[in-house]
Amino acid sequence: MSIEIKNITKRFGNFTALNNVNLKVNDGELIALLGPSGSGKTTLLRIIAGLEDFEPRDGTDILFKGKSVVGDPIGKRRIGFVFQHYALFRHQTVFENIAFGLRVRRGNERLSRTAIKKRVLELIHLIQLDTLENRYPDQLSGGQRQRVALARALAIEPKFLLLDEPFGALDARVRQNLRRWLRKLHDEIKLTSIFVTHDQEEALELADRIVVMNEGRIEQEGMPSEVFHKPKNEFVMDFLGNVNLFHEREDGSSVLGSENTSDLLKKYFVRPHEIDLVPPDNGGRGLPAVVKRVQLAGSLAKMELVDADGREIYVEFSHEKYNVYQFQVGNSVLAVPRKTVVFDDYAI
Amino acid sequence: MKVIPGFRLTLGITVFYLSLIVLIPLSLLVWNTTELKWAGFVKIVTTKQVIASYKLTFTAAFFAALCNALFGFMTAWALVRYKFFGKKLFDALIDLPFAMPTAVSGIALTALFVDNGWLGTWFCKIGINVVKFAERFRLDFVNIPYLDKENGLQTAFSPIGVFIALTFIGLPFVVRTLQPALQDLDKEVEEAAASLGANRFQTFWRVIFPSVLPALLTGFVLAFARALGEYGSVVFISGNIPMKTEITPLLIFAKLEEFNYAGATAISVVMLAASFVLMLMVNIIQWRTRRK
Repeated sequence: MSIEIKNITKRFGNFTALNNVNLKVNDGELIALLGPSGSGKTTLLRIIAGLEDFEPRDGTDILFKGKSVVGDPIGKRRIGFVFQHYALFRHQTVFENIAFGLRVRRGNERLSRTAIKKRVLELIHLIQLDTLENRYPDQLSGGQRQRVALARALAIEPKFLLLDEPFGALDARVRQNLRRWLRKLHDEIKLTSIFVTHDQEEALELADRIVVMNEGRIEQEGMPSEVFHKPKNEFVMDFLGNVNLFHEREDGSSVLGSENTSDLLKKYFVRPHEIDLVPPDNGGRGLPAVVKRVQLAGSLAKMELVDADGREIYVEFSHEKYNVYQFQVGNSVLAVPRKTVVFDDYAI
Repeated sequence: MKVIPGFRLTLGITVFYLSLIVLIPLSLLVWNTTELKWAGFVKIVTTKQVIASYKLTFTAAFFAALCNALFGFMTAWALVRYKFFGKKLFDALIDLPFAMPTAVSGIALTALFVDNGWLGTWFCKIGINVVKFAERFRLDFVNIPYLDKENGLQTAFSPIGVFIALTFIGLPFVVRTLQPALQDLDKEVEEAAASLGANRFQTFWRVIFPSVLPALLTGFVLAFARALGEYGSVVFISGNIPMKTEITPLLIFAKLEEFNYAGATAISVVMLAASFVLMLMVNIIQWRTRRK
């Protein structure tokens, strides 16, 4: 089921959390709202859920499958909401937690006791917590709790799944596993989902489409590869991974990292993996620098350089490429950007 | 290795302090009672007057605690969840029954609830009207206690007065134990319940109430236990009519005034046992709910 958000603005006192936001989520998509804290991503999620109100204006609307849900209470929207800190009911067992949404149903929507039991046990199996159904949340690990929270949200057969920083409170390894598991789950059940994250890696790995937010606005939306390789502006470029900033001097001598604005011509952005290093006597256009640190553990060789002005440059390349010159700490090198990004809107 | 050592020292001080303040006086109480033979003990603690005082003390204390559990819950709820004008003042007022000398509150309550007091008059008038109403519709076969034709509803100098005084002194116990529990409630948990389709009543009853129940129970029992032993604020408003409005602590005090120490301690031991059983019950209930 699709979601459409039109012209949503939200203020908390003087602070503008969302500034005229428009967004469309297609049926079956897994969308990431990515941004730093305070960018309005959680607020947007909560507004979609109906947990937060917004400024009523002309043309403002929230549509689920083309139908406005403005004014509908959260219980009626039938949304599976997963909270960052799980928000499990502590006095209830895993089973009771998952059954909650089914047990509070009234009238002819109500399921029989056996039907509830069957559904809950299916979900417990889905989240791979069989035999733990009688545990209390305090007796579970963080990853297990988050899966219970997810099963509880899925129990009501929601139209969408909204996840607020679902992996934020977990440690790195558990996070990785749960991320893959969630992606697999989404591929199986194809439930339209939106999740909020400030972790660009998480968004790039998990989402079908990424919505990058900053200061209450949507900066860019697109496929992970699109926002990564074709960032629309400085913010998106900077937020999605490490980036080196270069300036070209007016005399055109070379690309230099200097903040001295008087003779600046252009501002370049270069990702660490898009810089080549050659020995200084090789000649050619480049920025002279000295190797400060070499880090060879991991899938890539990572290096930190310092240029003549004392500015740091981050470089990454494959081990094969590193082995060509095998630069050591203290070596002088020439940094040659292979691909630079320049933004049109930049003006001095 | 602990950063701050001192287990033995703390334990030593705790045991010493507890013995000095609690255990020694209480064991002396039991020791004094042993002057009496078993038959003598039973005789003292089961005289009609004493039995009547137990009944009054326990029922009045129970209903006062129950009343406080209900209204104390609402008070704590309002103080924790909402912002309103004068909230800090109200919050401070809650502790007043703690801080005031009990005799002062007793006299104040008596002055309010006597037949010509500010509130007493109204209870009288309402009571008289209720009696008249009952007579007119021939409902007078229903015997409403503490209600009569001339005086209306008797608040002061009746068991109702005892109930009022015990309610007054018990309120802070419920409010102060509930406040932290209500504060700890996670807003997200309520939102989760709502997102799963629970209505307000279900959210309260299935999610909020169970999580504050242990605190409510503790508050209830603290108020109950305090009410059992309350003396100062009750003796003025109760009127101390033998067999009718005498509370147990009053009888103990009366026995002491007669220099009947054995008799006084005998009744005290019964109260002590009752309080102990109560506290034990609460601890068991709490232990059971905590285990979850």
